[in-house]
Amino acid sequence: MSVTLNPHASAASIMETPMVEIDRLNLWYGAKQALKDVGMSVPKHRVTAYIGPSGCGKSTLLRCLNRMNDLVDGVRIEGAIRIGGTDIYDPALDVTELRKRVGMVFQKSNPFPKSIFENVAYGPRILGVQNRGDLQATVERSLRAAALWDEVSDRLHESALGLSGGQQQRLCIARAIAVEPDVLLMDEPCSALDPIATARIEELMLELKNSYTIVIVTHNMQQAARVSDYTGFMLLGELVEFGVTRQLFTNPRDKRTEDYITGRFG
Amino acid sequence: MRKLWRSGEPFIWLTGGALAAALIMVVSLLAIIAANAAGFFWPAEVVRLTLADGKVLTGPIADRERIPDKADAWREKIKVANRDLYGADFVWVDEAAVTRRERPADVAVIERSEWGLLIGRIAALQEGGAVIARDAAAWPEIQRRLPAAAALRREIRAIEKGEIGEINFEQEKIRLRLRGLETRGVMAGADVEALRARLAALQERYRQQEARLAALRARQTATMLVVADGGKEKTLPLAQVIDVTFPNTMGLGAKAVHYVADVWHFIADDPRESNTEGGVFPAIFGTVMMVMIMSIIVTPLGVLAAFYLREYARQGTFVSVVRIAVNNLAGVPSIVFGVFGVGFFIYTVGGTIDRLFYAEALPTPTFGTGGILWASLTLALLTIPVVIVATEEGLAAIPRGMREASLALGATKLETTLRVVLPAVMPSILTGLILAMARAAGEVAPLMITGVVKLAPALPVDGFWPFVHLDRKFMHLGFHIYDVGFQSPNVDAARPMVFATTLLLLAIVVLLNVFAITTRNRLRRTYATSAV
Repeated sequence: MSVTLNPHASAASIMETPMVEIDRLNLWYGAKQALKDVGMSVPKHRVTAYIGPSGCGKSTLLRCLNRMNDLVDGVRIEGAIRIGGTDIYDPALDVTELRKRVGMVFQKSNPFPKSIFENVAYGPRILGVQNRGDLQATVERSLRAAALWDEVSDRLHESALGLSGGQQQRLCIARAIAVEPDVLLMDEPCSALDPIATARIEELMLELKNSYTIVIVTHNMQQAARVSDYTGFMLLGELVEFGVTRQLFTNPRDKRTEDYITGRFG
Repeated sequence: MRKLWRSGEPFIWLTGGALAAALIMVVSLLAIIAANAAGFFWPAEVVRLTLADGKVLTGPIADRERIPDKADAWREKIKVANRDLYGADFVWVDEAAVTRRERPADVAVIERSEWGLLIGRIAALQEGGAVIARDAAAWPEIQRRLPAAAALRREIRAIEKGEIGEINFEQEKIRLRLRGLETRGVMAGADVEALRARLAALQERYRQQEARLAALRARQTATMLVVADGGKEKTLPLAQVIDVTFPNTMGLGAKAVHYVADVWHFIADDPRESNTEGGVFPAIFGTVMMVMIMSIIVTPLGVLAAFYLREYARQGTFVSVVRIAVNNLAGVPSIVFGVFGVGFFIYTVGGTIDRLFYAEALPTPTFGTGGILWASLTLALLTIPVVIVATEEGLAAIPRGMREASLALGATKLETTLRVVLPAVMPSILTGLILAMARAAGEVAPLMITGVVKLAPALPVDGFWPFVHLDRKFMHLGFHIYDVGFQSPNVDAARPMVFATTLLLLAIVVLLNVFAITTRNRLRRTYATSAV
């Protein structure tokens, strides 16, 4: 059985403005199908989480949203994704423009081997901002938004690689939001962090959802339950169930979802 | 036994032993070079040996060895110098034949601009044939006059190299322009007349300088009379005297001062006497300049090629084959590169340049013959695999996450390459460059046929437009070692110089490397890649 849209989710979505709409998305890596008929809509200014076992396609789905999968050899995609009403797989669309609107934070923190300032200023510089004052304002705003400003304001010009793991990940968030995207994608952003750093990032997500639409992939079901408004459960490339987080965790409609969240799986 | 092997102890000893063996080999090689080179400049004591047959030999002892097939008999090699008087610099003496051995205080070792060292007693100072001072009184008077003689020598040299050099350079330019006009059929007219007039003016200037030189040379009338072994006398013009020492009366301090001065002359002076005397400055200059030009050519070429191979080319069989081919290029004998340099760069490229731009100078080639540009290009070809391999390895080590982070921010692939990948790969590029420079500085074979000469009349950089003359032939320390060691007429006398030159070449390679390594470490601190 392939559930495209959960009735509960659709009911909830009536009150929400959809930001990202995914329509019958199929994806193949060579001969292997990684996503099967996935369809859903991500509401604006909410945190949406994808959970599921390893290899279920949740990261692949996330990476479709800013077309990072384009970089993989032999990938083939069918179906449509609209972000803010624009079809992002339209051949006429400029991928770099899309990626400026859809920021991404990766599983492993990956600051550039540059100073903290230069890391955050990288995106604006790519956009063509030259003015030192503007850059400084953007850097400060982004670092404040990422709750990192107080810790690094006195060493902006030191290497970003001197920061702790949690600080590096928040720096990556600051770097992503410095270009003011509409959507922020987070691919297991806390999997390499300790519980305290994880808690800080989770707090941050709740802050950021006021300004951005956040889509997060996580292995950690407690995390999905804590931070997300909507959750999708994926299994073997299918979106098994998608709905309001509390409902999905307390009253799953699908037997497989129930098995997974109660830990009766694999 | 098995337990011992499993403990790992023997393997540690094995690895340590291999390292120790390598170290011993390198250190002893360096020690031999350094010891031989360092002794070259030290003013050696002079002994006077009287033999049983009454013959007298004076000079420093250069060597001592057992006579073959005779038990407990030794012979010594005396550097008697005075090549113009005796014919040979060195004499072997059977120790059994020596009846007297003394260290006379009055023996002077004279360095002169011709014929190598002169060893003997200063008997008199003469001026235009008349004796001015004799025996003990002669030396203080000579000492007083030597600085003036040296100044005069420098002035003459400055005129020859400076003013006359400039006149020759101008003359050659005008001659070529005249020939250029001639080939176009212009044999007369205002242009030709103007050029001829300038040529005449230059001729006049040349005559003036010649007169000046003649006047200066006429002032060099003082000579000194030196008495050598066997009563042989040598009248030596003061103008030819470069340095006079009395090694047997010199203290340690005086010897040290003399030593430092000699080292400095070796580094900073031009060679004399077909390279067996004097300094090696042109060779140092040529080596460094050649390595620099090579670096400027090989770095961009190698880095761009590596970027294409790793970043843009689709990884497949073809790219793998290219990669293997590039790696194997490093194993091609360097002389093959030299032959390619001659065939392609010199004859094809250089020949074409000559036909197109320097036609008036033909049949004398300008770029169609060996020169520093062609030698550098040949070496760039030789070292390009090193740069490509090092850069490619650096590119492969850059974490994927770093590129993705940049792309996810909306940077294009080009922006990512230039702003993130290139800075991060910089240390690897410098590593490749360091290896390339070390290889290029020590290479001799391909240079011998692409532009290195025994004695270059002028440096590739001078005061005449366009200041840098890439078509000129140049001198190189590696070739200098070969030339002095194996091609000079007096190999025995030149041998210490071979070691000194080798040491100098090593020092230059080390210096270039230290410079590159400090730069790399500074870059590494700035661009240290994260542990992603």
